[in-house]
Amino acid sequence: MLYIPCPYCGARDETEFTYGGPAYVTRPELSASDREWTEYLYHRQNTEGPYRERWLHGFGCGRWFNVLRDTTTNEIQKVYPMGGSDRLIETGR
Amino acid sequence: MQRYSLLNVLGHALRGNTGWRPAWRTPTLRRSYDVVVIGGGGHGLATAYFLAKKHGVRRVALLERGHIGQGNSGRNTQVTRSNYFYPVSSSFFDHSLKLYEGLGRELNFNVMLRQAGQINLAHSLHDLEIIRRWANAIRMNGVDAEVLNEAGIRKLVPILNAQPRFPILGGLIQRRAGISRHDAVVWGFTRGASAHGVDIVQGCEVTGFQKSGDRVTAVETSQGVVHCDRVAMSVSNQCSVMAALAGFTLPVTTTTLQAVVTEPIKPVLDPCVISAAIHAYVSQSDRGEIVIGGGADVYNSYRQRGSPAITRGVLASVLELFPSFSRLKMMRQWAGAVDITPDTSPIMGLTPVRNLYINCGWGTGGYKAIPAGGDTMAQTVVEDKPHPLIRAYDLARFERGALIDEGAASGVAH
Repeated sequence: MLYIPCPYCGARDETEFTYGGPAYVTRPELSASDREWTEYLYHRQNTEGPYRERWLHGFGCGRWFNVLRDTTTNEIQKVYPMGGSDRLIETGR
Repeated sequence: MQRYSLLNVLGHALRGNTGWRPAWRTPTLRRSYDVVVIGGGGHGLATAYFLAKKHGVRRVALLERGHIGQGNSGRNTQVTRSNYFYPVSSSFFDHSLKLYEGLGRELNFNVMLRQAGQINLAHSLHDLEIIRRWANAIRMNGVDAEVLNEAGIRKLVPILNAQPRFPILGGLIQRRAGISRHDAVVWGFTRGASAHGVDIVQGCEVTGFQKSGDRVTAVETSQGVVHCDRVAMSVSNQCSVMAALAGFTLPVTTTTLQAVVTEPIKPVLDPCVISAAIHAYVSQSDRGEIVIGGGADVYNSYRQRGSPAITRGVLASVLELFPSFSRLKMMRQWAGAVDITPDTSPIMGLTPVRNLYINCGWGTGGYKAIPAGGDTMAQTVVEDKPHPLIRAYDLARFERGALIDEGAASGVAH
């Protein structure tokens, strides 16, 4: 069971949360090729190791946030609010 | 290869069973092969077996990072069935079921296939309507399926809860579905492949690929570089990592699927019983254990542990259907990393890298497809074009928008 530290409510069981998949998947322009759309819709990095993802605290504050979790250990290394600038803070690994 | 027979077993018994030899060779890795198969799970072993036996490829190596059959092939719910909705799935999975029906003879190894059927329960009028449509689709595909009423189901499964919270109105049965022994399938293919000259090398990790232009020419391993004409990648849970080494990405998410086994008891449950609505997937193995297929975790992970919240939910569902199981002790719980595709259908065939072929994305149901996966991939590798049965399963189907949405066919929602 993941014990997820919601940045707004504190640590709660994973059952209170909804998974939002990988963070930073950017929707391409409408002029994108079929190839680019396929990459966007279906292809995933599926990282083995530190992985940035989105979670929704649905049975709590109802807010989205980002998590850096190691997919080989499930250890949550960092929880931080969504938004472009946070990515810069996170480039350490 | 030493063939197994009654006479053979009796002969060895008279000599105190001291004369048995290892069932397969332990070769050292050579520097060059015609085909390298990556991954010593069921699909990889079957691919190597059919390459050597059916297509006469002389120099085949199978590389396995750990030990053969120690991943999901040796840890699954052993169910074999072909009750799929779309014709393209039906033809492939029924080919697999037919191969399973003759597999013991083919491999000279008893895989203990017991075709006691599989029942999908309907708990509402809507479920019943869907099941009727599903049964019709399966029969249109030329595969056996029958709709049963409640009495018909209770006759086959007398231990079902007499007054369940979600009433049992009927169900769908495929009588040819069944369970077999997963270890026997792994060992049988290993022994057969080895006898036909395949070098099965365990403890050999693939660390990279060498390419000339867009063509793969060699595989880098922990035991050195192996030159080869063709590479068949049959890797579960590491397929995205392998694809990245080869220079492309996959539409795959790796997550955790768990299962639970109880202590062994006398035979009480003949067919496999599935309820998609309340998420139960139950059968009894020939050893007597009640085998319970769990749910997949909602987030991707390579951890192979599984969330206790999922275990609890699955067990609650099973006890709702089979209250008598509440007295049983859980013998073990395990979790495997499974590769889920967007349409829950596998990916088989050619890749963006020439001479590199892929067989992955089996999600929660690769066991039932082992013989057909091996058979069709072997031909695909030899002919450098997809076997007709797997043409629709290619990696490029996502770009064409030709998804094969078999989300319902996994039996329970994942």
